[in-house]
Amino acid sequence: MTASTVSGSPGRSHLRLSGRLLVAPALIMLLVTSILPFIVTVRFSLIDYRLLGPKEHVFIGLTNYTRLLTDPAFLPALGNSLLLIAQVLAISIGLGLGIALLLERVVVGRGLLRILVVSPFFVMPPVAALLWKNLLMAPVSGFFAWIASLFGLQAFDWFARAPLSSIALIVAWQWLPFACLILLTSLQSFDREQREAAELDGASPFAIFRYLVLPYLARPIAIVVMMETIFLLSVFAEIFVTTGGGRASSNLAFLVYSQVMFQYDIGAASAAGLVAVLFANILAYFLVRAVGRSLDA
Amino acid sequence: MKGARWPALLSMALASCGTGGDKTTLTIAMVNDGDMARLKSFSKDFEATHPSIRLKWVILPESTLRQRVTTDVAIRGGQYDVFTIGPYEVPVWAKRNWLTPLNDLGREYNADDLIGPIRSALTYNGALYAAPFNGESAITMYRKDLFQKAGITMPATPSWTFLIQAAAKIHRPEQGVYGLCLRGKAGWGENMALIVSMANSFGARLFDKHWQPQFNTPEWRNAVTTYVDALRKYGPSGAAANGFNDNIALFAQGKCGIWFDATVAAPFLSDPKTSTVSSKVGFAPPPDQGLGRHSGWLWTWAFAIPATSRKTAAAKEFIRWAAGPPYINLVAHRLGWLAVPPGTRKSLYTNPDYRRVAPFADISLNAIKSVDTSSPTVKPVPYVGAQYAAIPEFPGIGTEVGQQFSAAVAGQISPDEALAEAQAAAKRQMAAAGYYK
Repeated sequence: MTASTVSGSPGRSHLRLSGRLLVAPALIMLLVTSILPFIVTVRFSLIDYRLLGPKEHVFIGLTNYTRLLTDPAFLPALGNSLLLIAQVLAISIGLGLGIALLLERVVVGRGLLRILVVSPFFVMPPVAALLWKNLLMAPVSGFFAWIASLFGLQAFDWFARAPLSSIALIVAWQWLPFACLILLTSLQSFDREQREAAELDGASPFAIFRYLVLPYLARPIAIVVMMETIFLLSVFAEIFVTTGGGRASSNLAFLVYSQVMFQYDIGAASAAGLVAVLFANILAYFLVRAVGRSLDA
Repeated sequence: MKGARWPALLSMALASCGTGGDKTTLTIAMVNDGDMARLKSFSKDFEATHPSIRLKWVILPESTLRQRVTTDVAIRGGQYDVFTIGPYEVPVWAKRNWLTPLNDLGREYNADDLIGPIRSALTYNGALYAAPFNGESAITMYRKDLFQKAGITMPATPSWTFLIQAAAKIHRPEQGVYGLCLRGKAGWGENMALIVSMANSFGARLFDKHWQPQFNTPEWRNAVTTYVDALRKYGPSGAAANGFNDNIALFAQGKCGIWFDATVAAPFLSDPKTSTVSSKVGFAPPPDQGLGRHSGWLWTWAFAIPATSRKTAAAKEFIRWAAGPPYINLVAHRLGWLAVPPGTRKSLYTNPDYRRVAPFADISLNAIKSVDTSSPTVKPVPYVGAQYAAIPEFPGIGTEVGQQFSAAVAGQISPDEALAEAQAAAKRQMAAAGYYK
């Protein structure tokens, strides 16, 4: 207890050295846990490595990458990824804003309402997908089909006619609470006096919303867009449970899964994974810039 | 004082090592079906009669199990002492020496009692590499009441042509009854199991002897056009997203007139507790187009020991018990004959007690017996397997091709487009795997 107490002040160089030594374990840890696997992945992506294949791991250059990029399923999957994100963002932010505006007006029981609104967020993705597929969207025995039959209409075959939009609907239902909560929290901190001043000046509720509230919400909306996009890039369970993939509904994550988990092709998997990381980084770069711009405004 | 606790802990640790020494713990990975869940519930019986062995279960859904077990065995991880695999894995893995042969399970195991095609599907180069626990083929299930009302009788061996005509007559979507239910959901274990088996009866094959995919042949065109047309005309809406579980629910709710799928569905639909049509369901053999091969498939979940296990003796002891006659008698005694794992032993199907409760017994047995996995279709094939080809590339190809056929059922593309895409996808994957120079 006593001997270890440092007496006397060490020189600057000594401080720097001991500082470095103290940081070293963390750095080594970081290297081992993140950089090394990355290097290994890059190496795997350049060799022909199949778990079930013959054991020679030949260097094949960029073949894994060219195979992926020339795969006719690649571009549709890329497009589906973007389309899915766009649809989910539109639904979750549009509806989320609407619900947030309504909730803001409620005085009694807001806490309970808020819990109800949040609840979809706690449903696990596969469970949500099963719920929607079998109880709501099933064209024979589902809830929507029953409603349609009340009006004498033909049931809509969701996953056959609009597979991607149906999946987007399920995912949007899960992400709606997130958007709603963030927007509601921002709305609650909106300056009441500003609104009252506008009302006194005779501004219509729409004008108040359009010129005061919406610009005020630009930042939280930008943050919702960024957060959701990062998570939505990896949507998987909803596709797996409902359509089982395909040109019309596979996104990038599902494509990587089906290429990897069915073929045990570690080389192709590593290449696909790296391409997906690159794609996510490009998307994140633009989003961060967009968010930054809205923060400056 | 602080140091004093260590010797105590150390001696405790040593003591637990000591008791672990004469007890062998077997880690068993298996698929989560009803038969397996029952097996787990009987593990106390095994441990009581085999006091030196303790069982540790890892129960997983089919696709997860397959991924875990495959990666473990491929990188020689040695996590499991016993796992359940099927006839798809056995030839691929046995060829790579990843499995321990099971020829020495002994007299009481009675390997000669195993149903022929099941036994040979699990045999590689003359050695049994997995002991079957339950087995299945496919069976035609139909509503006797609807057939009677429409004035049609099910022939002893139906053809697809007959089934589709019958479906047309009993198709009443406005009353919520659809003529024909079939798997439409994409996946090598979902729609492809059905479509490949069906195509076999149309004389189609997956590959010719030079490993060229055959989706551009008239046989495939005939099979897929028939399948897509029938499902679009007489199938339930949403058929493109329906897998085995969706269809069993639809049939049990009385919404299907005819359904062709795995034999394991038969006991479920015959049980009044799980099916609203239990008294009205009839059974017929798998459809046959008159070319000498029916549409039945063959699957079995079987226990195998990875070559990495160091507890082979205990593992064999367990397999002898779980996949052998004693277990069947134990289950029958406690839970009745319908709870017994079916489809593996000839003796079950000659047992009068079983035949009394299982009206589908003969049809199931005949369907299993008449599948030849080494010659699943009329033309010669370079692969083994009825509803699959036992090559490492098949799950990837099956999944991608299955997505095309699912899109055709959904009406997004035509059957011809689906076949062209299937041919291109299969060729691309086979080329990438190095089958052609």
